[in-house]
Amino acid sequence: MQKICIVFDRLRTEEKLLQTQASEMGYETSMIDAKITRFNTDSNKSEYDFGDVVLERCISYYRGLHFTACLEFLNVPVINSFEVSNTCGNKMITSMLLKKNNIPTPKTYFSFSAESAMEHFEKVGYPLVIKPIIGSWGRSVMPIKDKDTADAIIENRQVTDGPQDRIYYLQEMIDRPPRDIRVITVGDQIVAAMYRKSSGGFKTNIALGAEPEICKITNDIEELCLKASKAVGGGILGIDLMEDKNRGLVVHEVNNTVEFKGLVKVAEKNIPKEMIDFAINYIRK
Amino acid sequence: MNCPECDANLNIPDDAAVGEIVSCADCGADYEIAKKEGSDIELKQAETVGEDWGE
Repeated sequence: MQKICIVFDRLRTEEKLLQTQASEMGYETSMIDAKITRFNTDSNKSEYDFGDVVLERCISYYRGLHFTACLEFLNVPVINSFEVSNTCGNKMITSMLLKKNNIPTPKTYFSFSAESAMEHFEKVGYPLVIKPIIGSWGRSVMPIKDKDTADAIIENRQVTDGPQDRIYYLQEMIDRPPRDIRVITVGDQIVAAMYRKSSGGFKTNIALGAEPEICKITNDIEELCLKASKAVGGGILGIDLMEDKNRGLVVHEVNNTVEFKGLVKVAEKNIPKEMIDFAINYIRK
Repeated sequence: MNCPECDANLNIPDDAAVGEIVSCADCGADYEIAKKEGSDIELKQAETVGEDWGE
């Protein structure tokens, strides 16, 4: 019987659900805390308890990404792969891949200095949404509706001047209802979808208090999400869509370490079971 | 077990596992369970939310 390892850095409901589900399905499990695991260039797979396949579930993106690199260095099968994690963790790379694969996505502008970002505003106009290229839960995502706000936000970025602050990711503001759609895909299957309704503001992140509500999976949603999943390399993903009043559905983000503790209560499918099944099939291929 | 910060009683569920976060109801401090062997529990300061945290 195969053994599934869950790598974490903070044990959340999701990781416990996955462990319980795997055990109920008869698989051995191991739980490994990334924070206390060490590697070196002579490390060997046999020194660790990674089992047959790892579900990488770190809450810290960079920690998870680099841990995944170590796992792949040791030839341990890991979901998601380094390439997928690297793509999905970076909004700029994701936007480019979505566009290249003809997946409807908001028009997005990139620039690499404050002056150049201001030129985008001058040429495109307002509003635009500024987002950090790496980050989650809606942090530092801001609608910019006028020049004064743009000046203030860009000046602030120049003051903090972190490596990411020099990369400007500006996105068209989509005319949409006050909600977006989160779809969980596992391999080439849609597992569940929910509306995330804004709790009053511009953002629709559950982490910020947005109300989840089950969403019917239409053919359009299914087709678009499976294309998006394929575009970024597949795996276990959380795909975010907006309902553009003019263009219909657009994909604006693909998430790598998907959170599902809210959705699991209302979804028709057993989300952890789908994930465990996928992991097992992943190593059988 | 008492909160290392404010000494209030910390409520740690029996099924809590290593890696889980427990919060002090009195002062709000967060701790990660670093070791748990029966009733022998070790806590460490939980990490604060990082810029790269999330999905």
